[in-house]
Amino acid sequence: MAWRQRRTLPGFSLTLGITLVYLSAIVLIPLAGLFFKVAQIPPAEFWRLATNDLALSAYRVTFGSSLAAALVNAVMGTLVAWVLSRYQFPGRPIADALIDFPFALPTAVAGLTLASLFGPRGWLGSHLESVGIKIVLHPLGIVLALTFVGFPFVVRTLQPVIDQLEVEAEEAAALMGAGRWYTFRRVIVPALLPAILTGFAMAFARAVGEYGSVIFVAGNKAYESQIAPVLIVSYLEQFEYGGAMTVAVVLLVLSLVLLLTVNLLERWSSRFLR
Amino acid sequence: MSAIVRSRPAVVSKSRRGSDESPWARRMLIGVAMLFLAIFLVLPLVNVFVQAFGEGLGAYFQALGHPDTRAAILLTFVVAVCSVGLNLLFGLTASWCIAKFQFPGRTLLLTLIDLPFSVSPVVAGLLYIVLFGRQGILGPWLDEHDIHIVFALPGIVLATIFVTFPFVARELIPLLESQGTEQEQAALALGATGWQTYWRVTLPSVKWGLLYGVMLCNARAMGEFGAVSVVSSGITGQTDTIPLRVVKLDMGIADHAAAFAVASLLAFLALVTLVLKTWLERRQNRELTLASSNLNEH
Repeated sequence: MAWRQRRTLPGFSLTLGITLVYLSAIVLIPLAGLFFKVAQIPPAEFWRLATNDLALSAYRVTFGSSLAAALVNAVMGTLVAWVLSRYQFPGRPIADALIDFPFALPTAVAGLTLASLFGPRGWLGSHLESVGIKIVLHPLGIVLALTFVGFPFVVRTLQPVIDQLEVEAEEAAALMGAGRWYTFRRVIVPALLPAILTGFAMAFARAVGEYGSVIFVAGNKAYESQIAPVLIVSYLEQFEYGGAMTVAVVLLVLSLVLLLTVNLLERWSSRFLR
Repeated sequence: MSAIVRSRPAVVSKSRRGSDESPWARRMLIGVAMLFLAIFLVLPLVNVFVQAFGEGLGAYFQALGHPDTRAAILLTFVVAVCSVGLNLLFGLTASWCIAKFQFPGRTLLLTLIDLPFSVSPVVAGLLYIVLFGRQGILGPWLDEHDIHIVFALPGIVLATIFVTFPFVARELIPLLESQGTEQEQAALALGATGWQTYWRVTLPSVKWGLLYGVMLCNARAMGEFGAVSVVSSGITGQTDTIPLRVVKLDMGIADHAAAFAVASLLAFLALVTLVLKTWLERRQNRELTLASSNLNEH
């Protein structure tokens, strides 16, 4: 009944048709084209390109740095979301608005300013270097850039969940004699965990594909500090399309698995919201 | 008796509730969070402008006035207008059929619309090279008819459309969904045509969200680097957008002040987007509370 009633609105087939055509033209056909082209590479050659040392080291750098960045974001993002949702303090609205800054700032500009700030002559880099911490052109640089671009995800996923947490559960725990730290570990964290994981997976997925900001802060040296997207670009510059497409397909499949994970996590965490 | 009753709230508010941290813990948490935001978000932003104006106003405007930079700014505007325009039209149509109708495959369609978010920008650019490049699937045919797509303007527009594909639709779908269909049904029942209903009933109720979606889409379109760098031929003054120009100035010519001057345009755009977002969210919230309080009164 409800279904039939909804269909009384006009324009369904027209808008669905336009949507499908546009989606196919921009996204689906180009994606299918890549898989079609890759299928023409002989399997042995594909396997060699997908798993040679160059590619393996690129996956390692990409996924290692992305994982580290997503972990930092999970911890700091949870802290920031908690502070912004639970406390009132001067400057809170500005801080809240600023969270989305990494979404709005082009990644090339992010890389440029991070490289200058944390570089050997930068405001922060010069101090860090004097205590022996090198960031730009070192592995930490990649983590820094990836943390920056993925930062809003955990905060923005967590904020609505913290807002809807039932304070009664925390009060009950306190009434029964639980300390605040015990309540945090046993009552608050379990309730937030699905959302933290969702934000973590989103930040991770974003980091895996990132290119623009990393090229400024990483050494981009093959076998050492080359992330997978940089490897694809270097293959393209040498007109080695087979290598570029192979690494792209591996990256794409892994991204799709991540997207699926995020969707499942979101479904799981939305159960906790009700 | 009444004295006790009256004093109770005061006691409760003074004593620590079970859901509160001790004041020092609270201060420390706020301190750590704000320090992190200051180092991680505020300093990089301030740094852009400090470096941009580091060699004085004259050098700043000279860097912006350079013919190649002006060409990059023009190209960026053309690309942004094309890609945001098309994605806006797509967002409007897709959000209508997804938010207002139930049909099999709806969830799959939603996932497919989100797909470009999880594709690396570099891979996005590569997709079009594989399709339209000289050795690509359609390459020979395009060559024969002398049509240039990649390493030319259409390729840059396509790559930009891909990376900003979901923004408008994603912003609109939850808003339209939450509005339900009763108002449209009523308008139609009163004799309005489909178009009238859409322009007078549906669009006005989501205009702020739509504006934000367009702003975000535009900021990303103007700032896209990875995908565009793959499909651009990189000819200075011809196929460089603003981000490509920034990278070329910084890494190619090593004119850092000029790179930051051009980058400051994009940082400024990001700031405007954030301010607008905050303002629009307030506006939307106010209208929602107004609407719900009106509903409650009647």
